[in-house]
Amino acid sequence: MAMNKIRGAFTVPRKGETFELRAGLVSQYAYERKESIQKTIMAMTLGKDVSALFPDVLKNIATADLEQKKLVYLYLMNYAKSHPDLCILAVNTFVQDSEDPNPLIRALAIRTMGCIRVEKMVDYMEEPLRKTLRDESPYVRKTAAICVAKLFDLNPTMALENGFLEMLQEMIGDPNPMVVANSVTALQEIQHTAPETQALQINGNTLRKMLMALNECTEWGRVTVLSSLAEYKTTDVKESEHICERVAPQFQHVNAGVVLAAVKAVFLHMKNVSPDLSKNYLKKMAPPLVTLVSSAPEVQYVALRNIDLLLQKEPEILNKELRVFFCKYNDPQYVKFQKLEIMVRIANGRNVDQLLAELKEYALEVDMDFVRRAVRAIGQVAIKIENASERCVNTLLDLINTKVNYVVQEAIVVIKDIFRKYPGYEGIIPTLCQCIDELDEPNARAALIWIVGEYAEKISNAGDILGGFVDGFNEEFSSTQLQILTAVVKLFLKRPEKAQGLVQRVLQAATSENDNPDVRDRAYIYWRLLSNTSDSNATKNIVLSDKPPIVTTIHSLPPALLDQLLSELSTLSSVYHKPPEQFVGHGRFGADAVMRAAIEEQIQNARENPLAAAAAAAAGGTAAPAKSNIENLLDIDFDGGAPASAQTEPSSGMSGLEGLAGTPVRVASPAAGASAGQASNNLDDLLGVFGDSGGPQPSSSGGSADLMNGFSGLDLSGNAGPSQNNQSKKSNEDILSLF
Amino acid sequence: MLSGILIFNQKGENLIFRAFRSDCRPRLADIFRIQVISNPQVRSPILTLGSTTFSHVKHENIYLVAVTKSNANAALVFEFLYRLIMLGKSYFGKLDEEAVKNNFVLIYELLDEILDFGYPQNTDPDTLKMYITTEGVKSAIANSPTDSSRITQQATGALSWRRSDIKYRKNEAFVDVIEDVNLLMSATGTVLRADVNGQIVMRAYLTGTPECKFGLNDRLLLDTGETSSNMNNPGGGNGLSTSKTTRAAAGSVTLEDCQFHQCVKLGRFDADRIISFVPPDGEFELMRYRATENVNLPFKVHPIVREIGTTKVEYSVAIKANYSSKLFATNVVIRIPTPLNTAKTTERTSQGRAKYEPEQNNIVWKIARFSGQSEYVLNAEATLTSMTHQKAWSRPPLSLSFSLLMFTSSGLLVRYLKVFEKNNYSSVKWVRYMTRAGSYEIRF
Repeated sequence: MAMNKIRGAFTVPRKGETFELRAGLVSQYAYERKESIQKTIMAMTLGKDVSALFPDVLKNIATADLEQKKLVYLYLMNYAKSHPDLCILAVNTFVQDSEDPNPLIRALAIRTMGCIRVEKMVDYMEEPLRKTLRDESPYVRKTAAICVAKLFDLNPTMALENGFLEMLQEMIGDPNPMVVANSVTALQEIQHTAPETQALQINGNTLRKMLMALNECTEWGRVTVLSSLAEYKTTDVKESEHICERVAPQFQHVNAGVVLAAVKAVFLHMKNVSPDLSKNYLKKMAPPLVTLVSSAPEVQYVALRNIDLLLQKEPEILNKELRVFFCKYNDPQYVKFQKLEIMVRIANGRNVDQLLAELKEYALEVDMDFVRRAVRAIGQVAIKIENASERCVNTLLDLINTKVNYVVQEAIVVIKDIFRKYPGYEGIIPTLCQCIDELDEPNARAALIWIVGEYAEKISNAGDILGGFVDGFNEEFSSTQLQILTAVVKLFLKRPEKAQGLVQRVLQAATSENDNPDVRDRAYIYWRLLSNTSDSNATKNIVLSDKPPIVTTIHSLPPALLDQLLSELSTLSSVYHKPPEQFVGHGRFGADAVMRAAIEEQIQNARENPLAAAAAAAAGGTAAPAKSNIENLLDIDFDGGAPASAQTEPSSGMSGLEGLAGTPVRVASPAAGASAGQASNNLDDLLGVFGDSGGPQPSSSGGSADLMNGFSGLDLSGNAGPSQNNQSKKSNEDILSLF
Repeated sequence: MLSGILIFNQKGENLIFRAFRSDCRPRLADIFRIQVISNPQVRSPILTLGSTTFSHVKHENIYLVAVTKSNANAALVFEFLYRLIMLGKSYFGKLDEEAVKNNFVLIYELLDEILDFGYPQNTDPDTLKMYITTEGVKSAIANSPTDSSRITQQATGALSWRRSDIKYRKNEAFVDVIEDVNLLMSATGTVLRADVNGQIVMRAYLTGTPECKFGLNDRLLLDTGETSSNMNNPGGGNGLSTSKTTRAAAGSVTLEDCQFHQCVKLGRFDADRIISFVPPDGEFELMRYRATENVNLPFKVHPIVREIGTTKVEYSVAIKANYSSKLFATNVVIRIPTPLNTAKTTERTSQGRAKYEPEQNNIVWKIARFSGQSEYVLNAEATLTSMTHQKAWSRPPLSLSFSLLMFTSSGLLVRYLKVFEKNNYSSVKWVRYMTRAGSYEIRF
């Protein structure tokens, strides 16, 4: 049986699609051949394996028809790996093409050669590449420049030994702006993959050339040049000033990528220039940033996330621009959420009325998530701007009067925070207590109970209210249970005569009938404290101690992380507000170590030959063959495109297993993760997803203040966090255990 | 940078798969389909799974997806996807599933040209059209070495957008000033937000390599001429604030921000606010601008909407044209939202025609020609069906669309367009103004 199967695989099928395509490919009519090539490419896109046609497609490579040539090359790039030996047959054509009088064909040849990732092809690349790098046509030169990066990716040793890097470095001085841009691009890529090569070293001379090319090259080239300028550490103030001066005009470019890259470059170099000048630049970058808010929604989103970062560093830059961030009715949700956050950040005494009116409007919409965030924003404004707190509280009361269930619940959670900063608003407590029956979310219930406990001495029926909760103690969520416990103890300490029975009931329920260790532990602690007769004030001192007031409920990043992210403006990491290591290298903790060890070994072995060591370090694929597979947990690759190569790598089976063991770890961007509807710490949850406890984890200041409060504080972050965390941690462990 | 570009239709079928790096596996297409297209909960345009990031844009009935494996430049990725859409439109008229399916060979060819190893190259449609063409006839040009070396010279040169050998018997330039006016008005009739997004589109039919200078009634420009002569302003920023306050200049506008086409010399604009450029041949968008001060709103709308019990909503919408009676707006469409459970409506209008569109939950009132200073009224009534779950009506804002010729909401005017060319020919210039509704929303 098995033998038959194998034989079957080698015999050519007599009918079916492949057969027809094959017939077409070897047809005597040119148009039929071309048509068949097109059909083959179509089948390839649909995911069908047409690698069996390799030899027949290859026969069509020598043609004068440029379009057909391109198609054959496209096929070749996709399936070269499946027939590495046959690729040799194409080499001749490539080499010939690279000397064609037509520059388009020369460029096409060198471009395609770099994409055929077969060892044998690499051997033949050296000469054509050397020639095309010195080609008379800038079009060919700029293509060849990128090809050096491709070669380095394939075979770093060869790229280094043949001096291609030096050639590229020379090409920064090329008269053609696009060649300069692509050379910088290629060098930057090499520098990033293998820093030890020091591929891109900017000095006064190259700086001048890059600045010159900046005004003339394509928009995409500008982005590259600008980002390498941003990475450049200047030697003196003059240089920084010069860079800022030359880069600032790019704020006016139509491409958002260029604008953000320019903002980044100026923002980073601005630190070195005089305060007056840098203030001037801040002023200059505001209008272009605002303009980005009217671009396409996706670009807008990236811009808004970046503006958020910039505002955390420079809160003043957009304080006159509140209106621009007003949400439009049909803005996508992810844009709306981000706009809300930014509006709160730029709120100040002058625009707060406008903002409150707008937030109230949002709170009356129907999208539940959005409404909750709007309500929360009102609370953040109240805590941020002291003299607006009364207006905020009134707005919240208006909202509570709408009796819309989720609005009321969110408003109560928010008011609890307001009480922690401004204890004087106790007059509204009766209104809050009226809604007690409508609250069904643990967060809102916990918030109200906390308020009742805190103001127990002033609420005449506090005992009755809490009594009701104690009756249903065992049906509550544990976060609410903790609050009930604390509130009852507070009531008892403040008015012992009223709560004697209550406190006993609740402690009984919490210790003997509850299986949550947190609740039990807290109950025991209280019990011990209360039964301590030696110092009657000790309990009061602990439970009723003054709490540190809330400073802000607006989420902000720790300064070190913020600075790191500011140097990553407009990249994915600035969108996620996370350092790149957390998502780029994710899932290869083990592999990284293996690779590092391998590199070190290499370095030791070849101490005299630094070239080879550098090469080995860069060649991730060859130094640690397992890496690429482990890195792509999701590419459970039974590679339709390259069956031959897939079979030779045993580790692909392993990665399949990993895929089964762990659910894919999903990093949705913050706005999307919000569907859980949880409070201020979505971002924390997301950070938690990475399970990387070593990293700097920002926690909302509200949360950390809570921790300090010990028993009496509310645990905001308790809800969705733990389960999600556990799950992802588990999948992480699964992944790790496979090493 | 980019590891691959994928295009999907709405069903999740992969129409285009072009990998630029070896780390973009065919398998990723399935992952995107499962995680994004068939997952209704995904709302963010960026999604990272493992170390793979998918950035997608939805256009017509297709998804355009960029796959990246590194900490890529997100702004660039999306700008590139939008550029791809623009290129598609420029080549096929419309970029949708059908266009992709019919032209997949050309799309592969284009992708090969505009991205190399995942780095975007020249994406200018006019340049690309010189050597990547739909008709087999034209591609013969690219096959001849002399022509193609000329093409490639141009495609990479400093003036990559313009051929050098352009000749016209009659030298003409058309300038269209098109403004989108955005309005957000509160239920009480106060303007929450009003601004103008303008664009200046130029069609240049000029011989040779002309150097153009373009002047607007830009307040900063008009002012800096004077302030710099009698005041010594150290920084541009200072000059900016003083000129804004000291001059309430008549007949000039303050542009908050401008963005220019690749061809405009940004350095010169930054230094002395002169817009100078060598235009591409044919149509292009010269600049975009934003204005927020003194926005003239062409229409005032007064909606009165009353919900009577749970069964009826009464509307009375009055709209007045605020521009000179010599002008008239065309295609004025007012969309008046109705509750989701509307059963039927009755409308009366003093002008135009109103119709209920149940699928949009709108009463659509169309007025083909709306002359200046006139005022029209619509009275309508929507009868609601009763529902078991009485959910509050979100009252989405009423929205307007229109187009109005020879009117700019910002008050912007073209002062001059000068053409300098070594042949010193004379040229004819035409200017046209138009104001359209951007997002013109009135809450009620």
